[in-house]
Amino acid sequence: MPEQMNIMDEVLEMYNKYDFNKFTATDVRNALAKDRLDYYDYAALLSPAALPFLEQMAEKAQKITRRQFGNTIAMFTPIYIANYCENQCVYCGFNCKNKIHRAKLNLDEIEREYQAIAATGLKEILILTGESRSMSGIEYIGDAVELAKKYFSLIGLEIYPVDVDEYKYLHERGADFVTVFQETYNTDTYAKVHLAGQKRIFPYRINAQERAILGGMRGVGFGALLGIDDFRHDAFSVGVHASLVQKKYPHADIAVSVPRLRPYINNAEENPKDVHEKQLMQVMCAYRIFLPYASITISTRERAEFRDNAVKIAATKISAGVCVGIGGRSEEEKGDEQFEISDPRTVDEVADALRKNGLQPSFNDYIRLI
Amino acid sequence: MSDKFILGGKEFNSRFILGSGKFSLDMIKAVIEDGGAEIITLALRRANAGGEENILDYIPKNVTLLPNTSGARNAEEAVRIARLSRELGCGNFVKVEVVRDSKYLLPDNAETVKATEILAKEGFVVLPYMYPDLYTARDLVNAGAAAVMPLAAPIGSNKGLCTKDFIKILINEIDLPIIVDAGIGSPSQACEAMELGAAAVMANTAVATAGNINLMAKAFKLAVESGRLAYLSGLGRVLESSGEASSPLTGFLQD
Repeated sequence: MPEQMNIMDEVLEMYNKYDFNKFTATDVRNALAKDRLDYYDYAALLSPAALPFLEQMAEKAQKITRRQFGNTIAMFTPIYIANYCENQCVYCGFNCKNKIHRAKLNLDEIEREYQAIAATGLKEILILTGESRSMSGIEYIGDAVELAKKYFSLIGLEIYPVDVDEYKYLHERGADFVTVFQETYNTDTYAKVHLAGQKRIFPYRINAQERAILGGMRGVGFGALLGIDDFRHDAFSVGVHASLVQKKYPHADIAVSVPRLRPYINNAEENPKDVHEKQLMQVMCAYRIFLPYASITISTRERAEFRDNAVKIAATKISAGVCVGIGGRSEEEKGDEQFEISDPRTVDEVADALRKNGLQPSFNDYIRLI
Repeated sequence: MSDKFILGGKEFNSRFILGSGKFSLDMIKAVIEDGGAEIITLALRRANAGGEENILDYIPKNVTLLPNTSGARNAEEAVRIARLSRELGCGNFVKVEVVRDSKYLLPDNAETVKATEILAKEGFVVLPYMYPDLYTARDLVNAGAAAVMPLAAPIGSNKGLCTKDFIKILINEIDLPIIVDAGIGSPSQACEAMELGAAAVMANTAVATAGNINLMAKAFKLAVESGRLAYLSGLGRVLESSGEASSPLTGFLQD
C-alpha cells in the first residue's frame, strides 16, 4: 500500500504555491475551458485576473450546479444551544473575553426550540455550541442530538473539534455531518487571531474532518472566514483541503461554506484583501467549478437578494428561519448572538423565493441509517 | 403489433423510464404525461411523508414507482432503505443503487450483487444499477434481478453511450431486460440504445436541464419508440467501407 499522505502538510505546502497577482486572462480562459481543473486552474479562477470574467464563471458554475444537483436546493436551520466559549478569537462575538449574556439551554428548552423548528416543516438542523468542553460537554451535545432524532432526519454539528471516539459517540447518537471552519490557513495569522483556548492548536483543528469521518460521520464541511487574512490563499486552501479529504475518503459527502468578514465600507482606500460581494461570488463560483460534487451553503450572514441569486448560480443549501441567539424561537432569547444576520426571512418566505426562481425547495433529502 | 414491456410481472406500453430527482416537483406530472412514462424512479430519501414538498404527493397514482436506494454506501444500507420503501407503501419495485464515491457517483458492483440477492429473496422486483460488466451481470441474474441497469456514462453527465460496446455485450448475453440508465443526454442517444436492443431507457438530467422540459420529454418518448421499432424491424446491414461493387472479381464467371 502506498504511504498515506498527510493532508495538513500538503495543504500547507500548497498554501503559498501561487502568487495570485501573476495570473493572466489567458490562465483564466484556459481554466474556464476545462472540464476538470487542476490546482493551477483553480488558483487562476481565484485570482484578480478572473474578476473581469465573473459573468462567465457564473455561467459555468450554474451549468455544473444544475447538472449535479438539478433544481433542488436543500433547506435547513441552525440552532445554537449554548454560547459558552473558552477560545479568544479576536473576530468573534462569542470570544471568551467578551462580556455578553452567556447561556445554555436545558433539554426541555432545546425540545421546545426543536418543536418550533419542526413546525416550519424543516427536516435538517445544524446544532451549534460555543467551544466550551466544560460547559457544553460531549454528553450534553449527544443528548441534544438524540432528542433531535425525534423531529429531524438530518442532524449536523458545528461544535468544537473532538477525538475520533467522541465523533463516533455523537454519530451513534444520531449526528451524521460535522462542519469545522479552519478560519484561516495562514498559520501565522491563525496564531495571532486565536489568542487563547484549545482552538490555538492548528493541527488538531485541521484534522477534525478526518477524525469525524473515521468516527463514522457521513459528511464533513469546510470553510475559511474570508477576510481574516488574504482570502484568495484561504479560499484556495479550502478547496485543496476539501478535495484531499474527498480523495482519501471517497465515500464521504463534502460541503463548503463561505463565511466572510465584511469590509469597512468607509475605508478611504480599497483594500485588495476586502471581500465584497463580487469577490464572495468569485469564491463561490471557483468552489463550484473546482468541486462540482460539493454542497455549498449560503448563510444568513448575507442579504436576501445575494442569497436568492447565489442559489441560482452555485449554492445548493440555504438556511431559513434563523435565530443566532441562544433560544428565542419558542420563548425569549437567553443568550446573545455570535453575529448579526442579514436575512431574517422565515422558512416559508425563503421557500417561496426559491419557487419564484424556478428552484425546488427540498425539506427532506436524507435517510438516517443509525 | 403487440410489444409490451414486461417487468416484474407487470405490463407496460412505454419503454421510457423517467427519473425524478432533478425536477421541480410541480413539473413532474406534466413531464410524465408528455413523455408517456409509466414508470418513474424516485430517491426514497426525498420522500417526506406527511411533510412539506413530499415528492410522493406529486406523482400520479397510475404510474409505477421505482424507488431507488440513493444514499446507500453498502449492501446492508441498500437493503434497509428498500425495506423502508416497502413499509412506506412504495410497492415492491426497487432500483438498487450503491455508491461510495461522492465525486463520480459510480455504482459499486460487488455490493450491488449482495443487496440484489437479499432483496430478491424478500420478494422485491430488483432492478440493479450497475457498471456494465458481464460477470457482474451474470451474478445479478443468479441473484434474482428482474432486469439489469447498466450506466451509459457517469450519472448526470449527458455524455451518451460511452459504454456502448459493453452494453451490447450485456444485451447479447443476458436473458433479462437491459435498461440503459444514467448518462443519456439526448433523444438520439436514447434512440441508439433502443436500436441496440435495450429493453428500456431511463433519463432524468437530459430532460430536467432542457430549455423546454415538456417538449424534451416528448422528444424522448418518440426517440425511444423509434429506436424500438428500428430494433424490431431489424436494422439493415452496414458495409465496412466503400459501396457495394457488382462482383468485380467474379463477374466473368459463366453459368
